[in-house]
Order: sequence, then structure tokens, then C-alpha cells
Amino acid sequence: MATILIDGRACPARTDENLLQACLEAGADLPYFCWHPELGSVGACRQCAIKQFSGPDDKTGRIVMACMTQVTDGAILSIDDPQAREFRAGVVEWLMTNHPHDCPVCPEGGECHLQDMTVMTGHDSRRYRFAKRTHRNQDLGPFINHEMNRCIGCYRCVRFYRDYAGGEDLAAFAAHNDLYFGRHEDGALESAFSGNLVEICPTGVFTDKPFSAVYSRKWDMGGAPSVCAHCAVGCNTIVNARQGSVRRVINRYHEAVNRYFLCDRGRYGHGFTNAPTRPRAPILRQGGIPVPISMATALERFATMAKDGPIVGIGSTRASLESNFALRCLTGPDRFSTGLAQLEHDLTMQVPALLRATPARNPSLHDMESADAVLVLGEDVCVTAPRLSLALRQTLRRAAFPAADAAKVPHWMDAAVRMFGSDAPSPLMVLTPAATDLDPIAATAHRAAPDAIARLGFAVAHRLDGSAPDAPDLSETESRLADTIATALRTGRRPLIVAGLQYANAALIHAAANIATALHATGADAALSLVAPDCNSMGMALTGGIPLDAVRTMARTGHIGTLVVVENDLTRRLDTATLDELLAAVPHLVVIDHIATRLAERADLVLPAASFAESGGTLVSTEGRAQRFLPVITPTMPVQESWRWTQQFTRAATHADAPEWTNLDQIVATIAHDIPALSRIIDAAPDAGYRLDGRRLRSEPARISGRTAVRANISVHDRPLPQSPDTPLSPSMEGAYSPDTPGALVPFYHAPGWNSVQSLNRFQQEIGGPMRGGDAGARLLDDGIPAQAPEWHHDIPAPSTAAPDDLLLLPEPRLFGTEELSALSPPIAARVTPATLRLGTLPAGLQDGGMVSLTLAGERLTLPVRHDPALPPGIALCPPHLAARAFTAPVRVQLHRDDTP
Amino acid sequence: MSTADAPLPPDLRARIADLAQAEHRLRAASVSALTMVQDYFGWVSDTHLAETASLLGMSPADLDGIATYFNLIFRRPVGRHVILLCDSVSCWIMGRDAVCTRLQARLGIRPGETTADGAVTLLPIVCLGHCDHAPAMLVDRTLHGDLTAETAEQLADTLRAPTP
Amino acid sequence: MTISDRPLTAMIGLPDGPPDCAAYGRAGGWQAVRRALRDMTPDAVIDMVTASKLRGRGGAGFGTGQKWSFVPKDPAATRRKYLIANADEMEPGTFKDRILLEGNPLQLIEGMIIAGYAIQAGHGVIFLRGEYHLALERLNRAIAEARQVGWLGEDILGSGFGFEIHVHASGGRYICGEETALLTALEGRRAQPRSKPPFPQVGGLWGAPSVVNNVETLCNLPHIVTNGAEWFVSLGLGPDSGTKLYGVSGRVRRPGAWELPMGTPLRAIIEEHAGGIRDGYRLRALLPGGASTAFLDAGQIDIPMDYGAVEKAGSRLGTGLAILLDDRTCPIGMLHNLEHFFAQESCGWCTPCRDGLPWVERLLDAIENGTGEPEDLDRLHDHARMIGPMGRTFCAHAPGAMAPLASGLKLFREDFDTHIRLRACPLRHAA
Ligand SMILES: Cc1cc2nc3c(=O)[nH]c(=O)nc-3n(C[C@H](O)[C@H](O)[C@H](O)COP(=O)(O)O)c2cc1C
Ligand code: SF4
Ligand code: FES
Repeated sequence: MATILIDGRACPARTDENLLQACLEAGADLPYFCWHPELGSVGACRQCAIKQFSGPDDKTGRIVMACMTQVTDGAILSIDDPQAREFRAGVVEWLMTNHPHDCPVCPEGGECHLQDMTVMTGHDSRRYRFAKRTHRNQDLGPFINHEMNRCIGCYRCVRFYRDYAGGEDLAAFAAHNDLYFGRHEDGALESAFSGNLVEICPTGVFTDKPFSAVYSRKWDMGGAPSVCAHCAVGCNTIVNARQGSVRRVINRYHEAVNRYFLCDRGRYGHGFTNAPTRPRAPILRQGGIPVPISMATALERFATMAKDGPIVGIGSTRASLESNFALRCLTGPDRFSTGLAQLEHDLTMQVPALLRATPARNPSLHDMESADAVLVLGEDVCVTAPRLSLALRQTLRRAAFPAADAAKVPHWMDAAVRMFGSDAPSPLMVLTPAATDLDPIAATAHRAAPDAIARLGFAVAHRLDGSAPDAPDLSETESRLADTIATALRTGRRPLIVAGLQYANAALIHAAANIATALHATGADAALSLVAPDCNSMGMALTGGIPLDAVRTMARTGHIGTLVVVENDLTRRLDTATLDELLAAVPHLVVIDHIATRLAERADLVLPAASFAESGGTLVSTEGRAQRFLPVITPTMPVQESWRWTQQFTRAATHADAPEWTNLDQIVATIAHDIPALSRIIDAAPDAGYRLDGRRLRSEPARISGRTAVRANISVHDRPLPQSPDTPLSPSMEGAYSPDTPGALVPFYHAPGWNSVQSLNRFQQEIGGPMRGGDAGARLLDDGIPAQAPEWHHDIPAPSTAAPDDLLLLPEPRLFGTEELSALSPPIAARVTPATLRLGTLPAGLQDGGMVSLTLAGERLTLPVRHDPALPPGIALCPPHLAARAFTAPVRVQLHRDDTP
Repeated sequence: MSTADAPLPPDLRARIADLAQAEHRLRAASVSALTMVQDYFGWVSDTHLAETASLLGMSPADLDGIATYFNLIFRRPVGRHVILLCDSVSCWIMGRDAVCTRLQARLGIRPGETTADGAVTLLPIVCLGHCDHAPAMLVDRTLHGDLTAETAEQLADTLRAPTP
Repeated sequence: MTISDRPLTAMIGLPDGPPDCAAYGRAGGWQAVRRALRDMTPDAVIDMVTASKLRGRGGAGFGTGQKWSFVPKDPAATRRKYLIANADEMEPGTFKDRILLEGNPLQLIEGMIIAGYAIQAGHGVIFLRGEYHLALERLNRAIAEARQVGWLGEDILGSGFGFEIHVHASGGRYICGEETALLTALEGRRAQPRSKPPFPQVGGLWGAPSVVNNVETLCNLPHIVTNGAEWFVSLGLGPDSGTKLYGVSGRVRRPGAWELPMGTPLRAIIEEHAGGIRDGYRLRALLPGGASTAFLDAGQIDIPMDYGAVEKAGSRLGTGLAILLDDRTCPIGMLHNLEHFFAQESCGWCTPCRDGLPWVERLLDAIENGTGEPEDLDRLHDHARMIGPMGRTFCAHAPGAMAPLASGLKLFREDFDTHIRLRACPLRHAA
């Protein structure tokens, strides 16, 4: 720690940071544009100018850019210095010469960093009297609006998009003040992280397009902390709503998880909450005709159904712990199903056990960024866990640190560090059946079938530790590759192995565990990350239950009276014949969901559930972190949380004396008590009783306006807003607000003078560090077994011996379209491309784009083929759910030869 | 220009590829490659830009960011001859404005434009390093100095004369 | 051995064009490489150049030997290092490097081999401005010949030292002459300057140690090595050593460039070598060393043209080629022309330069065209004050732009007032 003097005030500062960070951490208001906590410093905007004095006797000082100057102990600075102030006001004045001042119609207005900084510098009247330059804007697709005239040339967009996220289709064009940021031609931005431009851009050049269509000022929306439901990474988000509808999702900083960025699926996937097709009332299907009924009638009907035999519940890996647990209470643990078919069920159940049993670390995303040797084993993390792939990408930047250190270049000097990185060897190795977005930056990118990848994995583990079993009969190439990988991993001090369930291949995750175990034994600080498929797969694994196959058996043997399915569209899990057989054997089907599913169309009773936006709950992410989401909208009856529905069932149908949970905290407490593996979920977030200075936290900014005006046609009276018992957040602007708010409860970011998301700086203990009020969530898997003799997995697959015209069809999840909830969001749906069958070698007579047919998951399909010569022989790829609804796991298929369409 | 959409000729592709291979990184050849395309076609069309980008392992946006950055890469069609008339200080002192005015009148175009017959494009350029012979201009690859409105006009006329 | 009083240009202007390898050798060339590679260690070369007090001729005047000494000395000389000749020459009013490039490319090549040897760099690059077509042709021919004869390639003269040169023709942007932007340009990226540290000598091209030297700087090296540091020091008339290409453009009788001893008085250059001001004109002011140096008043021309003296007079030696403003040319017009150049050539990276210079340009345009307001002068002063000092902008481009403006605001105060008062340029039709 160093001490620096800022305008006579002694402030502590870290010697590895720059003066801008130090000033911000000291609570000073020092404006900046081009610097970004995650992107480092490049010194482009010149906004952060301060005076630095060489010593107590130096009265003149020198203007320096704070962001480009390293902290030194005893540094004497002035932010208030008249010359520094004049220069900073000048910088804003220059930036403003071409800015259109269209704040009243700009979707950034009110949360614009440029506005904040302009006010901060005191530049308040225009002296530039000449014409402004104007630009033509581009259509950048369904996510992002483009208004280049607002650009202030800070270069953040391209630095994020290209340097940080590896995007290729956004660039800076031209020079001097013709500078233009955009695409080479109109078209949707290709990066999976394009939405972050909205938050990265300090003004309104890149704004949230779907949000613009339902636009509201920041100060006119309520916010609540939430957790992304669109993959298992568990990015923290803030959901904004107004008038009972979700308007947008933005990033919520979590030091160890998503930090500053989300993927586009997470940011734009929320549209399902506003879908017109959403069930809004209980529906009874009588003779095939759906009839809306009251809640009371619904509960009565359920009580009647319950008399017809045992109730079996099917939970869901996309539903909260609470919703699953309440269902499990209704049915009892033996009749509660995970909602997963056998193979996926078994694998999912294994994951937490495997992570616990492996002595290697189970890393957070932030932790992964500093890995110095990474092996991705048979998982396309770019689509199954997009934000995780962004973390892996950062290992490349870290690879430049040794060279930068040697040249005494601090790590935040971004451009210089990247320059050294251009020749640093990549620490990434990617073994997958098909190409991934990480391949271009990987040192090794190898294509093979899942079994073959698992074999390689076992071979690598054996090379690292002779006691680990070796894969027999490796080809010479494979053997050499295993050597290379083992050598590269051995050189790492923080090696990382990433695998997952994409190919439902147990050998893959076992091989990954073997490698991690072997690396750990070498003394390296090894880490193992396993990617689960859904936002609460891990929660389900820790809750436990029976597979769908067991439910089928019960049904077949007449042991089900009523089947209650919570937030699970079984048509995506079971092929039509299997599902038909199951449903035929079940007298009553009850579906509780917040989206319209095909399964619900077949249910006798459909109950409208609250979505993540209207409910609180807990999800366990793939690193085993339990995280709480809170309602931003208080649901209006009869829409209510799934757990409230099942609780009411329990009381209505079976035992009226069943324990009653009147709020989320009570059910959380019961779960923690009943399921030891989940005991720590209580710590995921403060409970609804949390008070700051004796008050609830407000979910709306103090400036919220027009609440009565928007419903003036109904009534001009202010109406008391309903308070949800599940959250410590008030539904209004009444309540406490502070940068010391616990990270799990932050409803929006704001600090005096800082209306944009940049105000986050005020909420952190140090820039890029933990939240002042503590980080959100609770890690559940950290009590691994004490290290003993390594336990090796031995299930090494045999070399493939497939018949030549036998294809192994692998699921090819996509960023957009294969994940259930986001696919219902209109902007995401606009990006979904039709399903294809990707083939390595085309059958004779077939051309790229030609049609083939095959039978898959009980459906006969005709699909266009996409030729992908890089695929290993015998492998084909097809997106899950998009072509055949229930296709999720690898299957052997044969192409039909007979028909030529 | 009719050739703007035609693919790059194979020998040009090969030369660009060779050039790039000789560099420490392919992208280091970007300006040279764009210049080669321009030498061949007079300018760099979108199609050629994309093709060149793929030869250099770059995205079109990336390469276009470079193409539009530099003064000497033309991203719009130019005439058969390009006049780069110096507009920097020594030439200005020595009367380049008068030369420019006369050229404009004679060619019937303003700086940045091409004559209707496609013969001549007139562009301003920064100091050509010919200040001891100001005003100066570069016509294609030939440097002309000590210009007067009259000599410049005569030169322009020869450029427009039908090529035998 | 030809110890001439104009070593740099002795072989330039021969009737047959630039010498070939043999002619170059006959006239005294190649001695220096022989001596350096056979008889001297790399450090000895650095020491000799340091002792010669050679200062960079690219504008900043940094000691060449000292600059080289920052290059890490790796025991394993396998590390990639680069020696780069800065032949971008885009400073308005400057035409000296072109003379050297077109007139005697082998001299540059020999200088580069020596510099490459001194810093143990195997790769030489000539960053040539794209408009120098004749220089490109001659350089390529000279390099090919030198390679064929064995002056370039592996193991030159059996010394174990290998050196290659290739020419990069620029896409054209003034900022490429700035040494870090030049490196970015060579990497095939938008030529924006880079922050220092890392200095190019430590982390330059592709992160490898790199030295960027001006063409004229490098051309001095063969003569220093051949004739010794003392000889070089003795060439200068004042504190600075060697000769320099000085030049004059504007309304003089014989505009041109001449190799003269360092420290030749400005008056001698203008009156003797350039033949004095043309009849009917009077000298009003001048930029002593290119567009980015401050104006000197006509009354200041008795100073010697050396680094210290010009700086004391309130300007910089810069490239050493003066641009003269006569009494019939509008100083506001000249400033407008200069600022147009700087605004146009801003790389667009940092705010004050990208957005400030166009404002300056428009203010000057307005004043010159008779739509200036009295407050405009305050705005111009604001800009000069806020952008002028080094460190406010990312690189030296914008401070360079402010040098003529700040000095011009002082020197031409009356002209500004007249323009604003008359709402017209009094000299518009005079020239
Ligand atoms: C905007 C700008 C343009 C420059 N242009 C040139 C140039 O064209 N040629 C040159 O040799 N140096 C130029 N320089 C100076 C170089 O940055 C660098 O100092 C020089 O090449 C070093 O060589 P020297 O030490 O031999 O002088 C320029 C500097 C700036 C700031
Ligand atoms: S001062 Fe700034 S914008 Fe101007 S050329 Fe230098 S880096 Fe570029
Ligand atoms: S934030 Fe420091 S220069 Fe932009």
C-alpha cells in the first residue's frame, strides 16, 4: 500500500494501480471516458487529466493523465488545480463540438456517462459555432441501435468488441474527426457479447434496441437483482421493469462471476416474460376445450384429482430450488423426478460429486481468467456457457504479462500489454468435435468424436501421472497430441481443465477429472470446471430425485394418479411416442409454468407461474454457487410462484396441516434444513427482513416520476403498491439506498453525480474488487474430500468401430434458438437460423444445402445439409430441439437413401 | 468500373499471399496488399477488399478500418489518371490555390471528383516533399513542380487527350 | 578516403544518377561497414557514435548513441530486433530525406547495416512514404544489388552478422512518421501512436526491441565510422557536430536544400544559398524547421541553426528546412493552411487533437474569410494554451500543431485584429 496526497488529503492507494483508479477509490470525482475497469488504460480521451507535483516544493506541477500514470508512494496530486480543471472542461467542450445534444430523444439520457462527465467538468455553454459533422448510421441487427453522431471517439466499443471479446465485424474506420465505429456493411453484429456495447459506450451510440421499443427512463423503472436463466454460468443481472412488464436486463457486477459483462442470450433472452402467449389464468381442459377458471376452482379441481391415486412430481432444471423443493414436499422424495431422462440424469447427478471428489479447485469465472494453461475437453463452451468462454479468452491477455513485466509495463496499460501478447504463446487448447469460436486463438484445436476426445483426455492424465490409467491403442497422432497437451499443461502453474455435459458423455468428464487430479498431484494449482446444461442443473443435482424413466415405469404400472409437472416442457425431453405412452398411463396431468409449452397444451390443468421477474428464488450455478433472484414485479394473482402453487396443492389435497411458508425465506430455511448439501443457500442473499438504516431498500430510483400519470385514464390517485413478502426491496422509491448495499440486493447503480452504470465504481471496495456490501451468492461445493491417494476413473472408451454409413449425430447447441426460454424472446428469435445437418463428408450426389432425411427422436425429418469438412469422420451435428424436439443426446443415425425430395 | 466485382486475378492473389507470408504476421502486409490491388484496379472495391482480407486472415471490417485510415488507398473509383495536388504550406504560399482553381475550371470538377469521361480525378495531398519546386503535384507516379496555372492546365489537357 | 566538407551529399547529383555498389565503393563507400564489422564490437560502434554527438535528424534531436544504448543487450543474440529507417518525410516544408534516398540509397543502406550491427538487429526496415515512387524504385534496386554483392544477407564479410532490409511503402498519413505510430503501421494496423513505456528500444515492432532513426541520421553513420568521432565533431560550427541538410522554401530566389555545417547562420542559408528574398517581397517571418516549429520573426535570422540556438530563439531546429513567410502572403492564411494540415492528419485517437484542431482550423478560416469575431482570438489562445504543452495529448502531433499557432498569435496580432475589424483579408488579392 502506498499513500498519495490528493488535494492535500492523504489517501491509501495500491502500487499496482493507476492514479485514476486510486482517485476513484478515494471517492474523488474524476471524470474519464476511455478507461474502463476491465479494459484498462489507453490514454485516448485525455479526460482524466490531473496535476502531479514532483515534490512539496514544486508549485507548478505537470498535467498528467491519471489513467496512464502509476501510483507511487507519496505522489502529490491535485484534481482541483485550475489548469487541470480548465483542461478537463476543455476536453468535454471538444467532445461536445460534434455531439448532437439530442438527450431528450436519446435512450441513454439520464444514465449517460457523457452527461455525468459534462456536468462534472462544469462545461455548460456551447462556444463552438460551426457546423457539426454527421454520419450515416447502420442497421446492426435486432439487438443494437446505432447513432454515430453521438460518438465521442473513446474507442471503448472496439476495444471491448475486438480486443476483449474477439469480435471481428466491428471496427474503427477513417481518421481524424471523420472517425467512425461500425461494421463494414449493415448487418447484425456477430459477437455473442455485442449487447455489452450498450453499457460500454459512454453515450448513446450503441443502445439496447428491444429496450428502445418499450423505452423508459432509468429513473422511471424499478430494478431488482436477478440471475440469468439462460445457461448454468449464473451471471448476475439487474432486471428493470415498469408497469408490470420487464423492460430490459443489464449486467450486475459480481466480482468472481460475470464482472462487467453478459452474453447476448442473457441480455436479450428475457422477452419470454412478456410473451402474449403466457398463461395468465388457471386453465382447465375439458373435453379438449381450455376454460379459464378461478384459483379457488383450480385448487378444488386439484383436490379432486388427487383422490385418484398417488401424485408424482416432475421438477425442472430451469426452475428454482424452491419450486422444485415445494413439489418434492407435495410428492415426497421418492416420487419427485429431476425431469431428466436417464442418461442426462445420471450425468447431472454426478457433477457435484465429481467436483467435490477431485482435489483440484473448482474455479469461478474470474479465477479462470488467470489460468496459464487451459484444456477444453469436448465442450463448445462458446455456446453452452458463453460468458465462461469470454473468461477463457482473457487467459490470452494474461499470457502477455511476463513480457510486460519484463518491460516494466503495468498490467492496466492495455495497448502495451496486448502488443506484447501478440507474440505470447496461447495457453488455450480446444478438443471438440466441431470448430468453436475459441479455436482461432487456441494453440491447439483438434477435431475428434467425443469418445476419442475422452480417450485423449485419459491419455493426457496418464502422461501427467503414471498411476492414472492410459488409453490403449492410441494412434501415433493421438499419442503425440496427448504428449503435447500434457507438456503444455505441466508448464502451467494454474492449469485449468474445462469439460461439460454437452455430449452426455461420462467418459469425457471422468477424463477431465483424471487430468485435474493428476495435475493437482504435480503440485500445480489446478482447476476443474464442469459445465452443466441449465441454470439450475446443479441445484437439481444437489436436490436429487428420480429420473424420468422411473416415472415412466410408475405410470406403466399404474402408480400415478396425478402427474404434476413444474416448469418443464417434457416434449423437449421425451420423444413423442414415449411421452404419449407416459401421458396415456396418467389419469391427470397438471402443468405449472410461466411459458406456453406444448406439454401444457395436453394438460388437464394449467397453472400460471411467476417468471423470474415476478418471483424470488435460488439457482445453483455450474460452479456450485447458490444465487438468489428477487422479484422486480409483484405478481398479480392468479399468477404466482410455482412453489406457492404446489404448497397450496399440498394443503388442498393431501395434508391441510402441511407446513405453510408465507415467504421465500421460510422455504429457503426448510430446504437448508432438509437437504444438507443445500444448507448454505441461506447465505446466498440477505433475507426479506434485511433493513438498511431500519428501512427496506428501494427498488426504484428517487427520481421516479409519472407513476400516477401513466394510469391516469384509470385513476389519478396514487395506488399503494403491493409489497412482496419475499424481498427486502420495497416496490417504490421509498426506502434506503447506499453503495454499501449487499451485492445480492443491488437494484440499480447510482451515486451522486454518477447516473450511468459507471457508478458501480462507488459500490466496490476497490476497482474490480468485491462489492462493498459483500459479494452475492454462496459457494456450496467447497468442502471437497481431503486429498488422499488419487482416485482414478477407468471408463476409457474403446476406439470407435462404427459402420461406414453409420453416423454419430451430436447435439450442436446454438447461442440462439436451442435454449428454451431465450428462444421465446423476439430479438433472439430474430437471430435463430434454421436447423441444418452438418456433415463432414457428403454422401455421393448430395451438395451443400441439399436436403437429406433421417429419423431422429421418433420424428422423420428432412433437413438441409451443411458441409463442414473439418468434422471428424462419422460425425454429424444437428441443433437440439430445433429439428427434432426431443433430440438432446448423441445418437447413431442413418440417412435415408431412398427419397430425393 | 466493370472490374470492381470480378475476383482478384490468380497471379495477384498469389503475389499478395507471398508478400504476407514473408511478414512476421500476415496482417503486416495489409497496406502493401491494398496498394497492389489498387495498382491493378485503380481503387479497392468492397469485393476486392473482402477477398484481400481473407488472404490476410483478417475480417473485412478490420482491413477496411486500415484502408479508410490511409490517404493513399482509394475506396471509391477514380479516373484513369489521378492528380494529387499538394495543398500544404509551401505550395500554398507559392500559389497552389490559383493552380487548383484553374484545374477545377478546366476539368469541370472539384477536388475529390472525377471528370465525366473518367479520365482524371483531382485530389488534394499533403506536402509532397517538393517544396523547393512549389507548387507541386503528383500525376500518377510522376512529380511535377514549379507549376503555374498554365502549365498545370496543359498537363491536365494531355491527360484527357484520348490515348493513342 | 574522402573527407569532404559535405559527406552526405558528396555522391549526390552525379550525372549518371545514384552510384551502384562498385561506384559507391570507389568513392569511399563500404569502408565503414568493413571497419565496423571487422574491427569493432557493437559496443565500440555505439561508443563512437555517442562520442560523435550525432543527434537525430528526424526533428527531436535525440542523441543517437544514447538512443541505441537503451536496446537490451542479450547474450543470446537470437532475439528478434529491428532497425528502422524513418523515411516517411511528411512534415510540410521538408524535402531533405528524399534527396538522400533518391541521390544515394547505398549510403542509407550502409548506415543501416552499421546501426543494425551496433544494436545487433538482423532486420532492417525502411518506412518510406508512399508518394516517393522514384525513391522506392531506387531503394529496391540498391537493396537488390547490395544483397547480390553480399552487403546484405547472412554473415556479412564473414563477421557472423547478418542483416536484411525491406522497404515498406506507407499508405500515407503524417502520423506514421511518429516513431511509435510507425511501428503500429508496420504491424498492419491503424497507425495510432503508442504509449511509452514501453519505449521502442525495449518493446517496439511486434514487441521486439527496435530503433527508429531518421534517414539523414543513418546516412551520417558511414562517415562517422570511417572518419572518426572527432572529425564529425569538428564539422560543426557550434556546439552541434556534423553537417546538416538545410533548406528553404517560399519566396526566395533559389529555393532548395544544401548540406552545410551544423550551426550555419540562418541568414547565410537564406541569403547566400537561397539567393535571398525575391524582388518585390520582404521577409516577414519563418518556420525554421518545418510546419510544427514556432515562427521566428524576420529580425531573428542572425541565429545559428543549431538545436540550442533555435530553441533559445523560441522555436525548434526541427528538420532544419525553413519555410518563409513574405510580406505579401497573409499570415492568417498561412496559419489556416498549417492547421488544416494538422487537423486533417490527426490520427483521431485523442480528443484535444481530433476535435480541437478542427475547431482551430475553422476559427482561422472564419477570420481569414471575414467572419471572425473578437472572441475567436480568445478561443485560439485557449487552444494554444491547453494543447500546446507536451503531455496534454497522446503524442507530439498536436503540440506540434500549436507551435506555429501560439507564436503566430503573438507575432501576427495586428493582422488578426485587422481581419476581424475589416471583416476581410487585406492581403487576399495581394500575392
Ligand atoms: C507527428 C510526428 C511526425 C513525425 N514525422 C517524422 C518523419 O516523417 N520522419 C522522421 O524521421 N521523424 C519524424 N518524426 C520524429 C520521430 O518520431 C522520431 O523522433 C524520429 O524518427 C527519430 O529519429 P532520429 O532520432 O534519428 O531523429 C515525427 C514525429 C512526430 C511527433
Ligand atoms: S495528438 Fe492524439 S489524435 Fe493527434 S495524432 Fe497524436 S495521438 Fe493522434
Ligand atoms: S480515461 Fe484517462 S485518457 Fe481517457
